Amino acid sequence: MAVLPVRFTKTKRDKLAQVLWVLNWISVVTGIILFSLGIFLKVEIYKRQDLMAEGQLQSVPNMLIVVGLIACVINFLGGKICYDCVDSSRFLHWKLVMLPYIICMFFFTLSVLVGALMCYSMHSQLEESLTLGLRDAMRYYKDTDTPGRCFLKRTVDLLQMQFQCCGNEGFRDWFQIQWVSNRYLDMSQREVVDRLRSNVESKYLMDGVPFSCCNVNSPRPCIQHQISNNSAHFNYDYQTEELNLWMRGCRQALLQYYTNIMHSIGLMVLIIWLFELSVLTGVRYLQTSLENVLRQGDPECESDGWLLENSFVETARSNFNIIKHLSKFNQINTASNRDPNTDRPSTAHYGPDNVPPKPHPADG
Amino acid sequence: MVLLKLKFPFQKRVRLAQGLWLLSWVAMFSGAVTFATGVFLKTELHRRSEVMHSMDIHIVPNLLMAVGLASVGINICAGKVCQDSLDPSRFPRWKTLLLPFFCLSVFFTSLLLVAMILSYALQPSLEESLKIGLKNGIRFYKDTDTPGRCFQKETIDRLQIEFQCCGNTNYRDWFEVQWISNRYLDFTSKEVKDRVRSNVDGRYLLDGVPFSCCNPASPRPCIQYSLLDNNAHYNYEYQSEELNLYNRGCRQALVSYYMGLMNTIGPCVLLVFLLQMAILVGLRYLQTAMEGVLGQENVEIETEGYILEKGVKETLLETKEKMMKLLQFAQVGDASAETPGSEPEAEKPATA
Repeated sequence: MAVLPVRFTKTKRDKLAQVLWVLNWISVVTGIILFSLGIFLKVEIYKRQDLMAEGQLQSVPNMLIVVGLIACVINFLGGKICYDCVDSSRFLHWKLVMLPYIICMFFFTLSVLVGALMCYSMHSQLEESLTLGLRDAMRYYKDTDTPGRCFLKRTVDLLQMQFQCCGNEGFRDWFQIQWVSNRYLDMSQREVVDRLRSNVESKYLMDGVPFSCCNVNSPRPCIQHQISNNSAHFNYDYQTEELNLWMRGCRQALLQYYTNIMHSIGLMVLIIWLFELSVLTGVRYLQTSLENVLRQGDPECESDGWLLENSFVETARSNFNIIKHLSKFNQINTASNRDPNTDRPSTAHYGPDNVPPKPHPADG
Repeated sequence: MVLLKLKFPFQKRVRLAQGLWLLSWVAMFSGAVTFATGVFLKTELHRRSEVMHSMDIHIVPNLLMAVGLASVGINICAGKVCQDSLDPSRFPRWKTLLLPFFCLSVFFTSLLLVAMILSYALQPSLEESLKIGLKNGIRFYKDTDTPGRCFQKETIDRLQIEFQCCGNTNYRDWFEVQWISNRYLDFTSKEVKDRVRSNVDGRYLLDGVPFSCCNPASPRPCIQYSLLDNNAHYNYEYQSEELNLYNRGCRQALVSYYMGLMNTIGPCVLLVFLLQMAILVGLRYLQTAMEGVLGQENVEIETEGYILEKGVKETLLETKEKMMKLLQFAQVGDASAETPGSEPEAEKPATA
């Protein structure tokens, strides 16, 4: 029994073909949108790549870019097919192409869905990448005279100012690393030497943060050094002070930023997927109804269109059998491709009398 | 003598009407763009109103908005005229309206030119306004608990971060004001007392700047305090240090920003002005050419079009005379409007 059969008159078929032609062209535009979204996401990730560990983050934008380009090609071809389907005689050109086209379109539509789901499933991967990336960036903050790291200070400062964040988890992360280069430390000073000696790894640690951690909303001038020392500043209590520095960590800020982008893109891709699915359904109905017209021989007659000729179970079984048959055929082929001599029975010649020798007792 | 006379066969008139109809729609769109530009410029100026003393510069966006809206109206009207000029039976209804329409159009179109000239002419005024505004902004930076000034610190900090600038003219401006509130100064500390006493006005001045002056491009952690004391910091010399703080003053940064906007908007406005003038000239030709068709049985005859019926000088004299007559007529009207019984004694001869 056919799945979701619909009866089509000649007018209905023509109308469907025309609508699908328009929808295919709209789908070309959605393909361009997918491509653009991929490019946008790729650029956004690339902009902050100094703060991200090496990972598979580019897979999502790459997927969107590829799917977008394929969408343009597939739907351009679909538009051409639907345009020709208005005329039954011109449909004959495409008859053989239609089924492979629909199969390709089905897998493409599936890949659009995969792209949308990837946008939503990227969160943990992104978080891991940012945690490691930000940790390293903060560690190398001081290395402004090391080639390859000389712009990291600027990058981190601009990040903290732009995203109104401080450190990885929070401002205390700066207390655990040396962020002032030895080049700017006076090693002849007792205070500096004592700080270095008091640390196992000889790092100059202090309860201070870079200027970019300062919160512009604070009513008082920014306190950057001796943050956890209340007596070092007048009218100050670091436990209750909330406006002096940015309280949010940069990982959380960036994660939120990228998650919002991903979710917005994911939603758009899902909408595009639903649209593509409707186009695929329409093309399938058009194909089956036109094939039935060709069977009946009268271009003006009514015909049935369906999604599947048999039920889901039967279709799955028949497809499975086809694949099985193909693999068997493949095995036969590989067998027939062997050396022609191997097919002949091997005959041994045992001298002029052709009598096999008696086995020796030792052979037993 | 007729000014810039042209002959118009029927085909040419139709072509002119169609071309002008299309141009008037383009000009309508450009009018909308002019309005949007005015709104954008006004918003940008309004965003920084806290660091501006006077609002003289607002005349430029106000003019752009007014002219933009007027342009939309004028061009819708012009499009309608062009459409009706293709049908000689529908054109006569515009006959009386076209002269006032032209006067109004020329007035508004010339305002575009005025707006463009003003955008350049008001640069010194903008600079002066910013100078005073920023000076006050820096002076009131510390007053975070004074109503009406509580957001001044945030505004200045954001300004310095966004425009990568420091102070009014440069970072030294911060040395001349007390930018730390007394609320955060420990007056039991000898260092604070000495600083306050050493100053005539009893202000706490120091060679330091707010954090927002710090330059992220600097390779070393930011030095904000004791900026003029080389001994206070290791491996530091303030005379040669260029990357520690932003060197540019905020006045210069803001003037550059606004003049950059104006320089972009200026040529666009000029293009709109030229387009509008082209439409008005074309429309005038169409009007005068169509007037030759009125009352004729054959509407496909060749007619003449011109800009002015007489020379520029003669037209001006004629207009002047008309204006004088109108004024005299108005005066006569005023005299006759007086109540007849107001001064009866003056009219009667005095009898002894």
